[in-house]
Amino acid sequence: MTSLAWLIPIALFLGGLGLAAFLWSLKSGQYDDLDGASWRALNDEKARPAPPRAPALPGAE
Amino acid sequence: MAEALKFGSVLAVSPKPASATSGMSTAILAVENMHCGGCIGPVEQALLGTSGVQSARANLSARRVSVRYDVTRATPDQLIGALESAGYRAAELSGHNAGDSALRDAGLTRRLGVAGFAAMNIMLLSVSVWSGAGGDMERSIQTLFHWLSALIAVPAVAYAGQPFFSSAATALRAGRVNMDVPISLGVILATGMSLFQTMRGSDQVYFDAAVTLLAFLLAGRLLDQQMRTKASGAAANLLGLRLTSACVLQSDGRAERISVRDLVPGMRISSAAGERIAADGVVVEGESEIDESLITGESAPRRVRAGDTLFAGTINVQQPLVINVTASDDGSLLSEIVRLMATAEQNKGLYVRLADRAARLYAPAVHILGLGTFAGWMFAGFGWEPALTAAIAVLIITCPCALALAVPVVQVAAAGRLFSKGVILKAPDGLERMAETDTIVFDKTGTLTSGTPQLVNGQEISDVVLAAAAGLAVNSRHPYARAVVSAARMRGLEPVAASGVKEKAGAGLSRERTGGADDRLGSAIWVGADAQKSSGAELWFKQGTGDPVVLHFADRLRPDAADVLRRLQSAGYAIEILSGDTAAAVEMIAREAGVAAWSASKKPAEKIARLEELKRAGRKVLMVGDGLNDAPALAAAHSSLSPSSAADISQTAADAIFQGASLAPVAEILAVAKASQKLALQNFALAIGYNILFVPLAMVGMVTPLIAAVAMSASSITVTANAVRLRTKPLELAP
Repeated sequence: MTSLAWLIPIALFLGGLGLAAFLWSLKSGQYDDLDGASWRALNDEKARPAPPRAPALPGAE
Repeated sequence: MAEALKFGSVLAVSPKPASATSGMSTAILAVENMHCGGCIGPVEQALLGTSGVQSARANLSARRVSVRYDVTRATPDQLIGALESAGYRAAELSGHNAGDSALRDAGLTRRLGVAGFAAMNIMLLSVSVWSGAGGDMERSIQTLFHWLSALIAVPAVAYAGQPFFSSAATALRAGRVNMDVPISLGVILATGMSLFQTMRGSDQVYFDAAVTLLAFLLAGRLLDQQMRTKASGAAANLLGLRLTSACVLQSDGRAERISVRDLVPGMRISSAAGERIAADGVVVEGESEIDESLITGESAPRRVRAGDTLFAGTINVQQPLVINVTASDDGSLLSEIVRLMATAEQNKGLYVRLADRAARLYAPAVHILGLGTFAGWMFAGFGWEPALTAAIAVLIITCPCALALAVPVVQVAAAGRLFSKGVILKAPDGLERMAETDTIVFDKTGTLTSGTPQLVNGQEISDVVLAAAAGLAVNSRHPYARAVVSAARMRGLEPVAASGVKEKAGAGLSRERTGGADDRLGSAIWVGADAQKSSGAELWFKQGTGDPVVLHFADRLRPDAADVLRRLQSAGYAIEILSGDTAAAVEMIAREAGVAAWSASKKPAEKIARLEELKRAGRKVLMVGDGLNDAPALAAAHSSLSPSSAADISQTAADAIFQGASLAPVAEILAVAKASQKLALQNFALAIGYNILFVPLAMVGMVTPLIAAVAMSASSITVTANAVRLRTKPLELAP
């Protein structure tokens, strides 16, 4: 049963990591435009030097 | 009332945004025809190519683009201009309300994320406990797992449950009961008792049920909220695109384009032919015809000259005008309509939603059952502890997970189905009210009809003559001239713009022919025909010295209107037409549409009076209208519907908006409303069925944490699956 002593913290940590990743993706506006995101992947234009972060639509901050 | 005020503020004085002096600013533009992913690139490039723009990001789902720009080097009008030259129609959205609902969405999603994380991790621990309970799991490990669950559950419930707790508290403070009261009570008691049992080292621990319940409920609420955000966003885009800028004439003679919102009384604005009049005002210079169908319901244009009053939203169809703005005048038509709307909404009374009506019966029943269980166990002499455990188990099992999901999931499925057919559902309880409809009242101009005149005696006119007339007509914006052009196009004749065409206000068009008489298109007098035969809604066309040909016009029914009305009537709906137009025009349309009950020349107040009369007779009226004169009636009716071509204020007042030239959405909405009502009731039945199955078990104390968790999830999944059927189900319009 000593294995529980480290298995449980690892399980909780991984779960917490998933939650943190979800909250981060939500905060950075990745769910704002679900239709557009799939199209942007097909955009062939040359990558311009990354502009200062685009202003997100309200709600994304 | 709130909507009315919001509309009023559109015309009110508003100072320039404060950020105007501080350099960078962000504008949100609604882009009408950004339909596919291919548009993202051009839209962003067009904006980035404009000087002063720092960044632009298009949002395809919302049909909006967010632009960060330097206010000293660019104006929103320039940004819109840049999009226009790239072929996109855009409008700036006033930022005040744009972000609110999106923020609420994000908040709910965050809570759902936390509840989902907690539910999964607690379930992991619970499953271990359940599977080890009968076997080799040590008591101490079981207690450790319970404590870990508590550690996750208590903060998760405290955070994720807040929307329910605050809504329940608000309802209780107001002396009412809503669905959130039993939800909050169930969740809080389940968590509290589980914590208590964990301290005692018992195994009656329900953390998993409480947290899974919250996750399901939040999912339902989020779907509901997202649907509303999407609908209100689409409605805001529609309204934004209709608000244009106005051309203001300064005292030194310069012309400057400013937003309609910034107009103040006393300003002089110029109105080009074909433009919407930006504000209520008085004509100072010029002479033209005004299409006022949106306001009065009258289909024939009205002649105006200096000194005549104009209303915002009407269309100047002929010649440029200079107008003195009088928008804030208290006696204006708009303020009269706003006042009527406010009264209408006050008299409407509060509609109690289906879910809340269910909660009023359900909540006391549940609490009495819980109390009865406690009393029964006490009475049987088991002592307070098992009695309390059994009572709380009853509250957990009856916690209305499926009930609280029953209506929202159906709403979401219905709204999704309607959205794909071009119907934007605005009022959250709109569908429920529409499902009760037994009488439908239509406005005529712009609702039953297309709102634009069409050539009616086309068969009497040869292709050659029509093509020649269209060649002249293509130079004018007059509605009749446009009707000639579109009639020619319908026959496959592409009008070639004739050169040297002149337009004389109030008379017609002429083209000089070398060495001969003019070609003329216009009034009977203009072409020299016998004015005695003139009937009003007509144009005369004369080629050279030939005989004048008459072209008759009428505002025709929408193509499928007669068919849709027949279907509605055979489905048992009473149909009525209430119009502001003349009796002759209304009678013709009513006969064509097969409607027996009609009345004409109705003022807004008279329309309301008729609706009140119907209401007193016990009818539930669905009002379908588009004009400014319909807005108070839309607000007063039991439920209401507007085409997307409607006046802004009518769109704001309506419960739903439909797009396109067809009237079929009206039938579709009614069918979906009826079907969703039926599905909601089925869902209630399913949810109550689960309760009938499990409540007796809970009352005798046989519900283990495992049974509670299974019952909870299974009932939620059943009602969701039932509601989703609405998306694809073929619907018949039934009485």
